[in-house]
Amino acid sequence: MAELARTPATPPTAIEEERTVSLWGEAWQRFRKNKIALVGTGIVLFFIMIAILAPWLAPYDYKEQQLAERLQPPSSEHWFGTDDFGRDIFSRVIYGARISLWVGFFSVLGSIVVGSLLGIIAGYYGRWIDGVISRLFDIMLAFPSILLAIGIVAVLGPSLQNALIAIAVINVPNFGRLIRSRVLSIKQEEYIMAAKAIGMSDWRILFHHILPNSLAPIIVQGTLAIATAIIEAAALGFLGLGAQPPNPEWGKMLSDAKDFLTQAPWTMIFPGLAIMLTVLGFNLMGDGLRDALDPRMKS
Amino acid sequence: MIIPVLFGMSLVVFFMIRAIPGNPAQVILGQKATKEAVAALTHKLGLDEPWYVQYVKYIGGLLRGDLGESIRTGAPIAEEIWPYLAATLELSLAAMLIAVVIGVNAGIISAWFQHSWFDYIAMVLALIGVSMPIFWLGLMEQWLFSIQLDWLPTSGREDVRNPIEPITHLYLIDTLLSGNTEQFWQVVQHLVLPSMALATIPMAIIARMTRSSMLEVMKSDYIRTARAKGVSMFWVVYKHSLKNAIIPVLTVIGLQTGLLLGGAILTETIFSWPGIGRYIYDAIGYRDYPVIQSGILIIAAIFIFINLIVDLLYAAIDPRIKYN
Repeated sequence: MAELARTPATPPTAIEEERTVSLWGEAWQRFRKNKIALVGTGIVLFFIMIAILAPWLAPYDYKEQQLAERLQPPSSEHWFGTDDFGRDIFSRVIYGARISLWVGFFSVLGSIVVGSLLGIIAGYYGRWIDGVISRLFDIMLAFPSILLAIGIVAVLGPSLQNALIAIAVINVPNFGRLIRSRVLSIKQEEYIMAAKAIGMSDWRILFHHILPNSLAPIIVQGTLAIATAIIEAAALGFLGLGAQPPNPEWGKMLSDAKDFLTQAPWTMIFPGLAIMLTVLGFNLMGDGLRDALDPRMKS
Repeated sequence: MIIPVLFGMSLVVFFMIRAIPGNPAQVILGQKATKEAVAALTHKLGLDEPWYVQYVKYIGGLLRGDLGESIRTGAPIAEEIWPYLAATLELSLAAMLIAVVIGVNAGIISAWFQHSWFDYIAMVLALIGVSMPIFWLGLMEQWLFSIQLDWLPTSGREDVRNPIEPITHLYLIDTLLSGNTEQFWQVVQHLVLPSMALATIPMAIIARMTRSSMLEVMKSDYIRTARAKGVSMFWVVYKHSLKNAIIPVLTVIGLQTGLLLGGAILTETIFSWPGIGRYIYDAIGYRDYPVIQSGILIIAAIFIFINLIVDLLYAAIDPRIKYN
C-alpha cells in the first residue's frame, strides 16, 4: 500500500528537483565565469574567515592597553601600529570584522524577514492592507536612510544592538517593495491559480510557492544591502551612536583616529581600508549574483 | 502624493519622540532632576496632553512655520535653523555640482570609448567610490591636502581671522554681494575638501548610470542614422544621445541629492562644518528633541521637493512625458 502510494508521486518530484538544480546550476555556471564577481566573493570569504578565526589570528587582545606603546607606527611587532591607548590596531581590525559582518548580516536578515512578511501580505491580499503598507514604505523611503537611522538610535539610545535595529528598520521598505512586486506578478501565474483551485491554504501558497520563487532577487538585493549596512553601521559608530568602547568597531576606530591625524595617520588608514574592502567585496559579489540570477541578463 | 507623504512623515517623526521609553522630560533632565522640574518640562513640551491634541498642535505650529523651541538655547528653531540650513545647502550644492559635472562626463566618455583604458579605470574608480565610507575619505583628504601638503584648510567654513558678515548665510553669495574677493576665495578653499568628500558616492553612481544609459541609447537606429549622415561623433554623443539618456541619470541625481543631505551629517562632523547635520547631531548629544524632530523633518521635506523638481524636469526634457 505504501509502495503504491509512493509510486505516482515520484516522477513529478524528480522532474521538479532536476529543474531546480538546473536553474541554480545554470546561475552558478554564469557566476563562475564572472571573474570580477569571483574576486568579490574571495574578498568576502577572506573577511568571513578572519572573523571566524579572529582569536587565533589576532596577536594581541583587542582590549589590551599598553600605554607605554601608544601611537606606535607600524612595525614587525605591531603590523598596523598602535592606537592612543597602546592597543594593537591589527588585532582590533581583525576583531572588528566580526562586528561589521555580524551587524551587516543580521540587520539585513531582519529586514528580509520583516520586509518579506509585509511585502507578501501587501501583494497577496491587496486592497486596503496593500494601501496602508505601501504608503508606510513610501514614507520610510522618503527619509534619507542614514538620517532615519540616526533618529531611531537617538530615540533608542546609542549601542551596537540599537544600531543594528535601526539599520534593519531602514532597509525594510526596500525588501518589502521587492517582494510585493514579485508577489503581484507570481500570483497571476497558472500554478498559483491551480493551487488555489485544489484548495491549498493562503499561507501554504505564500510560503511554499511564492516565497521560494522570490528567492533570487532577495539574494541579490540582500548581498548588496549587506554592503550598505556595513557602511551605515560604521557611520553610526563614527558618530558615536553605534558600538561603544572598547568594542573594536571599524567606524568607531575611525572616529577615535580623527584626533590623531597629524601624529598617527595609520590609526585611520587600516580600519577605513577594511571597511572599503569588505563593502567592495559585497558589491562585486552582489553585481555578479544579479548578472547570474536575473533571467533578463541571459544572453 | 506629496502631501500624504509629508503628512505621514510628520506623523513618523512625531511618534519617534513619543517612542522614547519613559518620560522624555525625565530623559532630557536626567535621573537626578526634581519632580517639579520634570513636571514643568513635561508641561512645557505639552507631553501632559493626549497625543492627538499634541499632534494637532504640532501640525498647526508647522503650518504657521513654528518649529518649536530648542531646549538647549530656548530660541525658536525656525529662526536659528536658517544659518545651519544655508551652510548645508551650500555644501550639498557644491558637492552635487562636482558630482554631476565629473560623473556625467566620465560616464559619457566611458560609453563613447567602451572597453578602452579610460573606461576600465573610470569604472574601477566608480566601484571603489561607491564602496568608500565618506567619513574615511574625508579624513584621508584632511591628512593629505591639509596636513601633509598644506594646500587647503582642515575644517570650518571661513577663516576665523577674517570673519564674514552674513547677509543670506550662503557665504559664496554673501562675499560676492559685499565684493570681497579675498573672502570669496577663502570660502571656496574651505568648500573644496568637504564637497569633494561628499561628492564621491553620487559621482560614482552618476558615472555608472550615465555609462549604462548612454550605451543603451547609442545602440539605437537613429544614432546609427546620424552617424551615417556624417554627424560628428561629438554631436552624436553630446546632443543626440545625451538628451535621450539623461532621464534615468536625472532620477539618480534627484535621489542622490536627497541622500547627500543625509550624508552631509558625516562630512559636517569631520570638517566641523556648521550645517544642519551638525545641528541635529549636537542636538542628539543634548537630547534636544524638538531640534532633532524639526531638523529631520526639514531635511526629509527638502528630499521630497527635490524629487518633485526632478519629476517636473522629466517633462521639460522629454516632450513625451506629460503631467495632467
